[in-house]
Amino acid sequence: MKYVSNLRTIWNVFTFIFRRKVTVEYPEETLPLPPRWRGRIILSRDPDGEERCVACYLCAVACPVDCIALQKTEDENGRWYPEFFRINFSRCIYCGYCEEACPTHAIQLTPDYEMSEYRRENMVYEKEDLLIDGTGKYHDYNFYRVAGMAVGGKDKGEAEHERPPVDVRSLMP
Amino acid sequence: MTLMQTIGYPLLNIVFIMLIAVLWAAALTWIERRFLGLWQERYGPNRVGPFGVFQVVADIIKLLMKEDFTPRFGDRVVFVLAPASLVVAVMMTFGILPISPSIGVSNLDIGVLFFLAMSSLTVYSTVLGGWASNNKYALLGGVRGAAQMIAYEVFMGLALMGVVMIAGTFNLRKIVEAQQNLWYVLPQFFGFMVFLIAGIAETKRLPFDLPEGEQELVAGYHVEYSSMKFGLYFLGEYLGVILISALITTLYFGGWHGPLLPGWLWFMLKTLFFMLFFVLLRASLPRPRYDQLTAFGWKAMLPLALLNFLATGAVVLAVLPHGGA
Repeated sequence: MKYVSNLRTIWNVFTFIFRRKVTVEYPEETLPLPPRWRGRIILSRDPDGEERCVACYLCAVACPVDCIALQKTEDENGRWYPEFFRINFSRCIYCGYCEEACPTHAIQLTPDYEMSEYRRENMVYEKEDLLIDGTGKYHDYNFYRVAGMAVGGKDKGEAEHERPPVDVRSLMP
Repeated sequence: MTLMQTIGYPLLNIVFIMLIAVLWAAALTWIERRFLGLWQERYGPNRVGPFGVFQVVADIIKLLMKEDFTPRFGDRVVFVLAPASLVVAVMMTFGILPISPSIGVSNLDIGVLFFLAMSSLTVYSTVLGGWASNNKYALLGGVRGAAQMIAYEVFMGLALMGVVMIAGTFNLRKIVEAQQNLWYVLPQFFGFMVFLIAGIAETKRLPFDLPEGEQELVAGYHVEYSSMKFGLYFLGEYLGVILISALITTLYFGGWHGPLLPGWLWFMLKTLFFMLFFVLLRASLPRPRYDQLTAFGWKAMLPLALLNFLATGAVVLAVLPHGGA
């Protein structure tokens, strides 16, 4: 009889009451997030503790929802840095394009999503909210140490893996 | 007799039973959601209050706060009357339930017939609600409600006749008293099966919730209902579940009879068991098409009920002293 399978179904469903539940009771327990989770955006520092961001605007250009705003300025050593750096997280879609665009590993996404606010204004993060003390995912990278740009304390040709500059006029045949 | 005895006690009984029934209906919404959750490998509502019991309160507040929308394109009077008639019809039947030797509103001599009459009335709320909404999904739900009633009503009555024949009475209290030594689920097992299935169809619960048909008809006959009018349909449905569970207890599982515990507690425990069975059915079985339900009713359940009817009649005539009188 085909109705026997119905009875079997009822019994099988009844035994589900003894199974382990799949529910994760969120505020008390959380799921482990993968390290590459695209969550709250931070600005990291290089191993010397200086800001990594060189205010190149590439992240702001890459951002599909235009939630990043910044202004470039220079310090006395000629290093570029953002005068302000603002991310509007009520617009951010956590696509990670800013991280991909960043040439200095400064802007990074982190495995953190618990950033709800009651007021929309509080979703706008300024530079002091974004900057962290550590290096983020890339511990040894220091842009000014490997880049050819001359800044105070490091002239042209003094970067890692860089040969001294050649005087192009002396190369004339 | 004093005034207290003639009016006071019956009135107290009525209020008490109504209160208990409505409270159980409210509790059943929570019980159902918790147990559905457990049977689906999740927890169900467990946040509001201990074990989530105050979810009921939150739900009621939400229902009361909702906009009470009456469609301008529908039939206003019938639209308002339909959900009320469901609750009235179901609540009337609670009056004949013998909960314990001393608790119970009316000791009606035609109790079983009264239940059959009232349960037939509940289908009007479905059909009229679907019609008054003037909405194609609601109308389809109402039509399905009528078709479903044709499918189950006949064998529901026939299944009950087995119990009536053995007990020799339509009186529910006397039927319970007759089960002192033997619950009727044993001699009337097929009658019990048939009545259970008819009861599921009667309360429009899954797997026979064709008039509601959430996946096909949005919400079926109560698609236009909101706020407390929807709440009344909801209340009526859950009261129906309690009522059918209580009647199964009364007719087949010996009502208040049971060792040690007081009678009313036995009655409630047995009723709760069948209420949970209703939830389990909802968790496990898919919904048939309405032609499958009708075919099942007329080709499988009706012959079974008739056979049970004939066999019981033959045995009663041959064996029992009252000879089916």
